[in-house]
Amino acid sequence: MKTFRYLENVAMLELDVDSCIGCGMCVTTCPHRIFCLEGKKARIVDLGACMECGACALNCPVDAIHVNPDDKCGCATLLIKSWLAKYTGKDIGGGCC
Amino acid sequence: MYAVDSPSADSPVVVTANYKLTFDIVRRDLKTVDAWLLAVDTRGVNVWCAAGKGTFSTDEVAYQVKRAGLDTIVNHRTLILPQLSATGVDCLKLKSACGFRGVFGPVRISDLPDFLENDLQADESMRSVTFTLKERAELIPVEVFLRIKPLFLVLLVMLPISGIGPGIFSLDQAIDRITLFLAATGAALLAGTVATPLFLHVLPFRQFWLKGAFASLLCALPFILWCVPIAGWLLTGTLTLWILAAGSFLAMNFTGSTPYTSLSGVELEMRRGLPLQMALSAVALVSWLISPFIQG
Repeated sequence: MKTFRYLENVAMLELDVDSCIGCGMCVTTCPHRIFCLEGKKARIVDLGACMECGACALNCPVDAIHVNPDDKCGCATLLIKSWLAKYTGKDIGGGCC
Repeated sequence: MYAVDSPSADSPVVVTANYKLTFDIVRRDLKTVDAWLLAVDTRGVNVWCAAGKGTFSTDEVAYQVKRAGLDTIVNHRTLILPQLSATGVDCLKLKSACGFRGVFGPVRISDLPDFLENDLQADESMRSVTFTLKERAELIPVEVFLRIKPLFLVLLVMLPISGIGPGIFSLDQAIDRITLFLAATGAALLAGTVATPLFLHVLPFRQFWLKGAFASLLCALPFILWCVPIAGWLLTGTLTLWILAAGSFLAMNFTGSTPYTSLSGVELEMRRGLPLQMALSAVALVSWLISPFIQG
């Protein structure tokens, strides 16, 4: 998405090009179109647009992609609850909306 | 399992969530197509959230396919999944899980008929998530509504403590001051839950807490002009700090409603924004408590 830019170099996303078999599942599943296929290999063309949804990693048949392993959605309220849970040792329960 | 129009054994199978709003829109937009509709149990949550939370999963789809006896209903072995379910569904694993292969359809339901007509091909726009003005504006009522309960709790605390002054406690003082507090909170709400979504990419800075602080500064200006003549500089200054802290916090919370912020990014900006918001609020609170004693 070109109009909305967030923080450019923060997303935890890695593609192991050596393992990549060029199936194109990452290109298909990414909601922000950050992958492209060049010949027989995929490439990340816009890391800054990655929102760490994990669709690419889940659908990669050879596990060549690694994304931030933490919960796939995270609003500020959920983060605060999880930080409080860490400090107080109590379970947050439920979560967001 | 549901039928849209008059599907046959060769008609496509579209998979969706059992969130009423989603389901109704799928049924409506597919009106012109003969199709089977399989609703998986996402506990009434929409596709993308359910996929992220793990309820719209490969296992759940496989389970529902087997439960419906889909292999006896259709001749083909293809399931069309919403693209946004890709966060929870490994479509290549579906074949071994239930005998049906998964294909990711478009992001938006309205593109489904074209997708089905074009031999299950999607173009770039069909696979891209947007965040238009209309989509952002639609979030505002929810954002505001979610603030009602916390606001009520804050008022429960603020009302009694606003009456603390030289005369130990004065209800008149409390009521006068709570009115100012409400106006200031209104300005913060305007900045954080209305202006921030509407002018999201126009507001400066990338981090939402900073966008919120900027919007709060702007919303604070008319408040200051109104408040100084009636309450003086000390109270106005105190409440302006509150507008900045609350507006910034509310804007920061909006990250959870956007389709483009990363968890890593939100965590980073919260580690920066939250301490500042808490510090500003603390200073404002102390000033609020001692101001009746200073102004007499």
